[in-house]
Formats: sequence, structure tokens, C-alpha cells
Amino acid sequence: MTGNAEHQITAGFMPLLDSALLVAAKEIGFAAGEGVALTLVRETSWANIRDRLAVGHFGVAQMLAPMPIACNLGLTPLASRTIAPMALGLGGNAITVSNAVWAAMEAHGARPDLDPKGAGAALEAVVAERAGRGGEPLRFAVVHPHSGHNYELRYWLAACGVAEGGIEIVIVPPPLMADALRAGNIDGYCVGEPWNTAAALSGSGRIATVKAAIWRSSPEKVLGAGAKWAEANPEALAALLRALYRAAIWCADKANHAELASLLSSPAYLGKPEEWMLPALSGRIRTGGDGERLVEDFFIPLAKAATFPWKSHALWFYTQMVRWGQIRHSPAHEAIARDSYRPDIYRSALKPLGVPLPGANSKVEGALTATTPVGSAGASLTLGPDGFFDGGIFDPDEIDAYVAAQRQG
Amino acid sequence: MAPSSLAILVIDENRIRASIIEAGLREAGHERVTVIHDVAGIARRIADIAPDVIVIDLENPNRDMLENMFQLSRAVKRPIAMFVDRSDQASIEAAVDAGVSAYVVDGLRQERVKPILDMAISRFNAFSRMARELEEARSELENRKVIDRAKGILMKSRGLSEEAAYTLLRKTAMNQNRKISDIAQSLVTAAGLLGSPEEQ
Repeated sequence: MTGNAEHQITAGFMPLLDSALLVAAKEIGFAAGEGVALTLVRETSWANIRDRLAVGHFGVAQMLAPMPIACNLGLTPLASRTIAPMALGLGGNAITVSNAVWAAMEAHGARPDLDPKGAGAALEAVVAERAGRGGEPLRFAVVHPHSGHNYELRYWLAACGVAEGGIEIVIVPPPLMADALRAGNIDGYCVGEPWNTAAALSGSGRIATVKAAIWRSSPEKVLGAGAKWAEANPEALAALLRALYRAAIWCADKANHAELASLLSSPAYLGKPEEWMLPALSGRIRTGGDGERLVEDFFIPLAKAATFPWKSHALWFYTQMVRWGQIRHSPAHEAIARDSYRPDIYRSALKPLGVPLPGANSKVEGALTATTPVGSAGASLTLGPDGFFDGGIFDPDEIDAYVAAQRQG
Repeated sequence: MAPSSLAILVIDENRIRASIIEAGLREAGHERVTVIHDVAGIARRIADIAPDVIVIDLENPNRDMLENMFQLSRAVKRPIAMFVDRSDQASIEAAVDAGVSAYVVDGLRQERVKPILDMAISRFNAFSRMARELEEARSELENRKVIDRAKGILMKSRGLSEEAAYTLLRKTAMNQNRKISDIAQSLVTAAGLLGSPEEQ
């Protein structure tokens, strides 16, 4: 069958729950339906994904949403032009702490309700207490310096009054997070599923809060494409985007969650138990101990334009790169970040499907407090709520002011 | 400067491959070569070694952690760029194909580092070839064993000579466009299911 396909595409992915769209596109037949013979290659590091995309082993890959921007800004050791023509869903991360840190947080009023304000205030008190005793700072891990995890963890800590350096932030690969927590090498982490559930179910940690509560409907992974490859293979890329959109529809349907969990758990993909996959898909988050909380928007594969590559998302990541000293703010850098996301490619690829598309390429982030219908071509589309937990608003037309404000903050 | 003045760190969880690379570097006159198999506590080791060049296998799941350390940490005195020269696309491709990456401190001249990367690439490729040949030899041995058992079954159940049994296997394989070892495996499995005395 693959021999007759019109387009041959090799995609890199990491063993994470939000590889779901790529996995479903291949296994349920959406790729084949669009004439794409899709080969998925599991990788061991984001650096490998970046390098193999750069040398052309992969045409496309699952990528941390800020990675294409970092590549284009030359922040990575091997940087090649990379574009993000599609997002692979919204949300999907959580922040997990060790049992010891959770016990200390509880003593300062934290409750197992995943509320970022309550958990953050308690963690700030724990950090201050340790500093007062002259103890070593806590050590939290994220998966990559150019990741939503790094930026949302730092945003949360800063907004809760934890000074930069109050918690040391290190890099650990996702599959090793729960083990590192159990071994006491780290005290907490921010990572995508199923690696929070892994710690909660094995009793080695507690989920303190979730990305969906820190910034609702926020970006996480994108489909990264080598710019050269995309320019040389526009039809193949468009066919793949249509296949991934159909896969997103399938992944969003509750009736398919059991089958999706079973697919993801197979050895070729995550190779972990199905029960690790289900909480993120259903939103019923097992927080550790006997706790369970329903988080409706925990991971969004389709709704709220979840696969649309918003330029405002790219620009928010850019402001965080500036905030944490990864890049100097300049109009040229800002333009590079904006141009890394390519809603134009998304729009033209999906047009034949007649699906609802947002009317704009950018939006004010954090402005919607309720689900809001938006003007779009053809069918109906709703966006939001998309609030930051601290009430922050990001207006992509006011970047200078946002950058200046966070410098003071 | 002589090649020996460069400090080279090899990070590879595969001990055999690491020692092959180390040997190659020493043969080329590099004396300050350190090999690390386990990344635990690596920041301190890097600070002690102060490497000019770091060679890492691409399978290492800790590459993101290591890259971050090279870029940020006080552990390395000078910033580290990747590969010999970003503009040397052929070298980069050869390295990724071979499964190795190299990081060098900024400012180190390309002609001093290129031979090190070339050495790492060729040794990685040699190691892969060796591993592949070993695997082929192993499966060849397995095939021979199963063919011998299939011949034994045919000789016993149909009263054939060894040569005739082999010819029958080969002819069947050719007719079905399959490997002799596959036909032999099917026969051995079937005989096992049927409870042939040979298989009990």
C-alpha cells in the first residue's frame, strides 16, 4: 500500500501523549486517505529531532511549540530554518512535586484541587522557609530550555512571588522524570503527559497544578517542518495537515479514547500502560494519593481551534525567551518569531475540508473569560476561555509594553 | 599546537564503542581524552576536565540536558557551539548519519577539530558495521540450526538422504519465493504441532 502512496513522509516524534494526532493519522488511516505514506520514528531527545530535521532525515516532526522559533533565532547548537504550519493540540502538561514537597506545601495550606494560586502560594512559603533555614534551593526539572514547560513553570513561579533562582531549574528527559523524582534528584517537574500520571499512580509524587489552569487553552506542541522540505513539497505537507486535522477530529471523540489509549500504549509508541494515557484524554486527572479532579480542558486535540498555529502564541513564547534572557528584544527578532508560525499554509491546506477557521491569525491572549463564538469561514467555531491564572493579558500588538512590564515584574 | 593539547571528552553509554573511539583518538596523538559512560554528576566532571571538544552519541537521552549545561553553566568556561562548523553541511550530515554529535568551544579553529570529528564518524560507522555483521553472523547460525532440524525431520519421516532433504527444502523455497530458513522454520513448527517424534 505504501508503495502506491502519492507522498512519502517521515516524521519524528517523542514518546508523549500529544503524539496522538500523528499516531492516529498513521494507524487509523487518515494519512493513507490523503495519499500519504507516513513513517513515524520515535526519538530519544528533542536535540535529535532538531538535528534529524536539519539534515533531512525527517520532513516534519512533533516539536515543542517554541522550538521552531528558537531554531530560526539561532539559539540552538544546530539551527536550520524551521516552520510551524500546524499545532498538535492545546494543554496536556502538569506540574508534579515530590511527596515531601507536597507535605510541606499542605502544611502551608495547599489543597489537592490543582488550583495554581493556592499551590503557588504554598510553594512560595516552602521556598521562603527553606531559604530562612539556609537550606539548598529546591530543584525542579523541565524537558528543554525552549519549551512551554520551562516558560509556564517560570511564569507560574514568578507570578506567585518565587524569585528567580529561588528554585533551581534543570533539564531532564520526559521518560526519566518520575524516576528522578523518586530518586530524590529533583523535587518537582513540569512535563507533558503521561509522565505526571506516571508519578501520581506509582505513588512517587503529587500533581500540584496543571497547564490548563495556569494558562487555559494554551499552546504546547506543533508540527515542525524543515523550511526547505516544506518549500519543495507543498502538496505533501498540505495532504499531511488534512490528515492530521481528520486525526484530531477522531482523537477528540470520546468514543475513540479507549482505542487511542491502547494505540499509544503499544511498544512502537509510548510502550506504557493504557491507564497512564486515559487521565489526559478524559480530563479526569489522578493527582496522587486517592485524589482525582476533573479538568475539562486538560488536553484539547480539536476544539477551540486547537490545531491552528496562532502568531500570538509564537509571539508570547518570544516574549518569554526575552524575559528569561535567552534573546535580546528587537524588531528583527520579533519578526523572526512571528514568521515562524505559518497560519497561511494551514488555511490553504484545510480549505478543501470546509472546516471552521479563525478569522484572524493573531488574538489577544487571556482576554476571553467564557466560551465565545468567533466569526469564521463556513461553519461555527468557538474560542476560549483562555485566561492566564493571574489575570494577565497578552496583546501581540503591544509587545514592547509587555516586555517592559515583565522586566519590572 | 600539537593535537595532544586539546582536551577531549567522550560521552557514550556504550562502553565498547567509547573505547574504540578513545583508542582512535590516542592513536592520532591525543593524550587528554576522557570517557564518561554515566551522566550522573557530569557538571562537576566537565568543570574539572574543561574540555575543548565533546563527542556524544545521538542515542543518549540526556542530550537536551547536556546541551543546556554547555550553553548556560559555569561548568564550561567558554560557550560551546555545535559541530565543527555550522556551514560544513557535509560533515554535519555525515555525523548525524553515523549517530554522533560533537560540540566544540567557540573560537577553536576548524582545521584543528575537523580530524577529531572525522575520526569519531569513522569509528562510529565501523562500530555499527561490526554490530551489524555480528547480528548477521548470529542469525546465520540460527538459520543453519533450523535447516539442520528440518532436514532431520524430512530424512526421518520420508526416508530421504540428507542431500535429497536439502534439495526438497530448496525447491520448495524457490517455488514459494521464500527463504530456505523460513520454509525450514515452518516445517519445524508444524512438526512440533503434529507431535512428530523428532520434535519430542
